[in-house]
Amino acid sequence: MAKDVVIRTEGLGKKYIISHQAERDRYTALRDVIWRTVRGWGRSAWDMVSGRPLIAGDETEEFWALRDVSFEIQRGEVVGIIGGNGAGKSTLLKILSRITEPSEGRVTIQGRVASLLEVGTGFHPELTGRENIYLNGAILGMARAEIRRKFEEIVAFAGIETFLDTPVKRYSSGMYMRLAFAVAAHLEPEILVVDEVLAVGDAEFQKKCLGKMQGVAELGRTVLFVSHNMAALQSLCSRSILLRGGAVIFDGSTGDAVSRHLKVGEPSDRSSLQQVEGRRGRGTFRFVAARVGPASPSETSIITGKSLKFELEIVGPKDSALAPSSISIVILNRHGEILFICDTDASMSSLPLIRGGRSLCTCTIKEVPLSGSEYMYSLFLGRAGEIEDFIDVAGRFQLADSPFFGTSRNCAPGWEGKGVLVPHIWELTSLVCSGDK
Amino acid sequence: MTTRLLDAPEPPVRPEASPAPEPSANRRVFVLEAGRAERYYWRDLWHYRELFAILAWRDIAVRYKQTVIGVAWAVVRPFLTMIVFTVIFGRIANLPSDGSAPYPVLVFAGMLPWFLFATILSEASNSLVGNANLVGKVYFPRLIMPASSAVVALVDFAVTFILLLVLMLWFGFLPGWRIVVLPAFVLLAVLASLGPGLLITALNVKYRDFRYIIPFIVQFGVYVSPVGFSSAVVPEQWRLLYSVNPVVGIIDGFRWCLLGGESRLHPPGFCLSLGVVAAFLWIGVGYFRRTERIFADLL
Repeated sequence: MAKDVVIRTEGLGKKYIISHQAERDRYTALRDVIWRTVRGWGRSAWDMVSGRPLIAGDETEEFWALRDVSFEIQRGEVVGIIGGNGAGKSTLLKILSRITEPSEGRVTIQGRVASLLEVGTGFHPELTGRENIYLNGAILGMARAEIRRKFEEIVAFAGIETFLDTPVKRYSSGMYMRLAFAVAAHLEPEILVVDEVLAVGDAEFQKKCLGKMQGVAELGRTVLFVSHNMAALQSLCSRSILLRGGAVIFDGSTGDAVSRHLKVGEPSDRSSLQQVEGRRGRGTFRFVAARVGPASPSETSIITGKSLKFELEIVGPKDSALAPSSISIVILNRHGEILFICDTDASMSSLPLIRGGRSLCTCTIKEVPLSGSEYMYSLFLGRAGEIEDFIDVAGRFQLADSPFFGTSRNCAPGWEGKGVLVPHIWELTSLVCSGDK
Repeated sequence: MTTRLLDAPEPPVRPEASPAPEPSANRRVFVLEAGRAERYYWRDLWHYRELFAILAWRDIAVRYKQTVIGVAWAVVRPFLTMIVFTVIFGRIANLPSDGSAPYPVLVFAGMLPWFLFATILSEASNSLVGNANLVGKVYFPRLIMPASSAVVALVDFAVTFILLLVLMLWFGFLPGWRIVVLPAFVLLAVLASLGPGLLITALNVKYRDFRYIIPFIVQFGVYVSPVGFSSAVVPEQWRLLYSVNPVVGIIDGFRWCLLGGESRLHPPGFCLSLGVVAAFLWIGVGYFRRTERIFADLL
């Protein structure tokens, strides 16, 4: 191994077995396993008796979240990992931080890896701020002596001196976040793996996080950074690895990787929703894929004031139908604030019927009233007040700015993505009283 | 998850607050690969001892945060059980005690290891599912989790033990020199419960309905094990078979330590119990380590 390579992956792959049967359940239960086995025997026996050919049960399916991923990372490099939902970013980070094991290939890592897959992991609400600093520090891999040495610094960074001995369940969410990040920020591993830390908190807090991470990088440590925040990626990382469908499709300068990734914004980019997290509902009918892109084929990216089309694939049991169904797409800005909603309940006079099997549903917005920024969307599928499927963050898309009002800008600086653009007319009349003359 | 330390002959050096990472010579090198047997598993476990300590401390702190309720629970439960068992087995069934030991003391001395066993079994088996968010977000040898819940059970045990001493003083029945051997039996009880405990922990991650089995084991076990009576009442020819239950050997051991001369160990039975404990531990740790690598995928 070359002296400066700290992470080397060779032909890395991770396979998950998706069971179609168990998809509805959050976990496997022994009784189901037994029942399925017995039923399987029963079926085979019945098939044999009735003279039908035996068909092997096709109730599970292999899914490669990551396949044949190879790259090398040198010491002191700050590398961004870019990719849409289900591209394999999180799986890669999980393998590198040893949470899960690769199914094939190998990784060689030199040095201590600390992963910030979620700020505040392991915080216990009953414990005080002081106790949680030690607890969280240990969970993130700090030695007790190390925490003790940095204790004052952590407390000062979080700004919670007066609440040190208050249980964190009484903290405001802002204080909680600050404390959680303060602990994480004082971690000094050789390799730091960061996932989406910047997706939370207000702008000021995000700036603080960015600054802290820049500091880490300047100390010669290796940072792997996954984010949907392209601006942050570009300002932090010189190099990025672009993943799609579990494979590395680009490895090079962040600028190129970002533009390649965004270009995808994009008719062809179909992100699978099979593995998405934060999902609620009965799940009998569910979204399996979502695609967002410009409606007209002549456009390559989504542009302010131009058309935008969502294509949603829905799957349900063959012999049933969902009616009357309501489908909605909620558009949020990148801070997760709701901007507007496209809802069949409101915009269709009669609600659609969704048949079993696979169906495709499209929703077109003729003139997108959004400024150039990154947005997210939630998907909802339900009937009569019952949730079939709800995905909090089903996907993200990037919008290219273009004049909406026919002027040189769509919003005041700093307001990108913070609201909806509404056509409007200003009139200014000077009110001059006759008496003044 | 498989790990190998390639060139770290001495225990891994923790990086201190040095501004730059130290030279690669004494850094840990991990090789992560599919299905590779982990050669340095136990050393890795040692490396994470501080996390183990702090997780155990967290569980204890949370449990005893409301001090009154925490202690009261550890005191009231065995105390009431002792009264019920003394009345049922000692008075109604009129079973003999071990020699001159007062019946309540006999019951309590049996209940102590039993509660330790049952608490570890149930706390350990829920530890991973209960900490699913941690398992999915951070790496550590998963064995730490059930093991640290065993520490909590030991703290409960200590509280109950004080209660036993008070009870013995009350009856004016003092333990002899053998009490010095007691820690060995406590350790044995911990090992005996960790064996099946780890097995169930791993199975519980895989099949989430396994947790319903634990209350059953605990409920059933308290009558199958000699908690409310002396194992001397078991007919001699059945004694060996009875000792297949590993708790029998442990309870006998506890009484041997605490109740003095009249309580006797049954040597072949005790050896059998030891064997069963070892076998369970072997199977439990083995199965746990085999499945440990996929826990994060299952939770």
